[in-house]
Amino acid sequence: MPPMIEVKELSKRFDTFKAVDGLSFTVNQGDVYGFLGQNGAGKSTTIRMLLTLIRPDAGEIRIMGQDLRSSRSEILRRTGAVIERPDLYKYLTAEENLMVFARLSGIKPRSAELKQKLDVVGLADRAGSKVKTFSQGMKQRLGIAVALVHDPSLIILDEPTNGLDPQGISDMRRLILSLSRELGKTLVVSSHLLTEMEQVASRMLIIDRGKKVVEGEVKELLDPAHVILEVETLNVEQDKQWLLASRWATMFLHGQDRSFQVKLDKADVPFFTTDLASSGAGILSLKPQNTLEEYFLSLTRKDQYVGTDQN
Amino acid sequence: MWELIKIELFKIFRKPRTFIAFAAIAMIVGLIQMGFYVDGDTYIQFGMQALSESFDIDGKILNGYLLAYIILQTLLIHVPLLIALVSGDMISGEANMGTLRMLITKPVSRDQLISAKFLASAMYTLLLLLWMAIWALFGSMLIFGTDDMIIMKSEVVTQVLANDVFWRYCAAFGFAALAMVTVSSLAFFLSIFAENSIGPIIACMSIVIVFTILNTLNLPIFNAVKPYLFTSHMLGWKGFFDLKVNSDNEQIVGSIENLPAVMRSATILGIHVIGFWAASILVFRKKDIMS
Repeated sequence: MPPMIEVKELSKRFDTFKAVDGLSFTVNQGDVYGFLGQNGAGKSTTIRMLLTLIRPDAGEIRIMGQDLRSSRSEILRRTGAVIERPDLYKYLTAEENLMVFARLSGIKPRSAELKQKLDVVGLADRAGSKVKTFSQGMKQRLGIAVALVHDPSLIILDEPTNGLDPQGISDMRRLILSLSRELGKTLVVSSHLLTEMEQVASRMLIIDRGKKVVEGEVKELLDPAHVILEVETLNVEQDKQWLLASRWATMFLHGQDRSFQVKLDKADVPFFTTDLASSGAGILSLKPQNTLEEYFLSLTRKDQYVGTDQN
Repeated sequence: MWELIKIELFKIFRKPRTFIAFAAIAMIVGLIQMGFYVDGDTYIQFGMQALSESFDIDGKILNGYLLAYIILQTLLIHVPLLIALVSGDMISGEANMGTLRMLITKPVSRDQLISAKFLASAMYTLLLLLWMAIWALFGSMLIFGTDDMIIMKSEVVTQVLANDVFWRYCAAFGFAALAMVTVSSLAFFLSIFAENSIGPIIACMSIVIVFTILNTLNLPIFNAVKPYLFTSHMLGWKGFFDLKVNSDNEQIVGSIENLPAVMRSATILGIHVIGFWAASILVFRKKDIMS
């Protein structure tokens, strides 16, 4: 079975700003794939490239085993998406909006079928109301219904909890999990809220400044038997080279200007530190990060990216 | 493609602003008809004063055909604004609402999407002209009746026989529709570059106004470009009311004085329409959707 999404060396530049820089990742079928990063990290640009809204400067995107450029229509016929806030036709009713997007997806559902889709997101009783009368949460749910109207295999949701109240966030979380568990859909969900991602994602990609920081199973990233160690040394580049040539090479996660991270079995920590010291590294600090949240913080160094509050 | 066009037409006719143009045309035509119904004879007498001194004029001068001509001449200057209200909103309005990105994520090619929108806005323009024809021509015929049509130009008086007028109106409205589709195409093309509809509407009207002013300035520097400006050809519909004359200086029924000039104007307008359509496709094909 081919991966649902396979991205290789994807890049996009806006004038002098490199929004996405050689990004590669894989989404497997059935994943709820968390796409995490601070605002401006390149999440939305990447998602827009997956949906052909933006043309990449370089790189390859394969979805459902097919090249996105050559099989665009076929792929999009099996993909549903909500990008940032789901803006819909305010002068149309919920049912009319759903009908317009269903027809654009190549299907002609009957009114009863449309109402059934609206029922999934709890809007059946508002089918005849104009969207301009809807709250943000209702628009978000209608956006999800639009994404689901043609029964896609892949659903891409860009910041789906933006602007929702706590109840709305909880409903959205339940919906994502039910789409995955009950209907077997593959979901890519982007967010800057780590706690949200932890609760729904099975695999996760963290990006920063358009580059991949880490990708893996959420279980593994949060594995209590392991520890993510941030190592600060006098000469990071040299010590990183030593690490990559050593038996610890597979434990390397990510390098920054003044430090690098390794993921170790807790029992291996004394051996690793001994080896590192023996290599002549000038160790300034060793900071264990036991949670994904601490790890994410260490990568971004910005508290505002973590938490349940969006403000 | 037809399915896409139907969706676009559905969206156009569910928007309240679409009906502004229809209401405006009905209102203006109605006001002109009312004005002529009350005071039309005085207006016609004043206009025919010089002619009455030399000729014995018989029949109903103020009739539906003449009024339709007056209305068409007056309204076609202002209709572009009404058309730009809708065509200038076709892409920019979607970008502004955020629905453009929803559309692009659907399995429809960008070329198909832009063509469907383009054709839908052209159809809207045609419907608007049909609406105008119904009110201006059929409404006037109903109220004022029919007779020979006398048109006074600066040095020439043209008399078109009653049984020779109707087909000319059909052709004139067809030509006017082409002229208005040209304006619609320009507004549509401009709407690709904007994320709110005000910009394309103002830009479109500015271009129409600037080009119209250039047409009126009789300066050698502008004369070279005038034949290529679409505004130079928008009043080409009047050519259908210029008749050929025979050796006895009698007007020939069913003739058009300068058909090649009318056809040339129609061709130039057609080239503009196709040009704006092709340019819209090319620009939109490469556009990153950031809205």
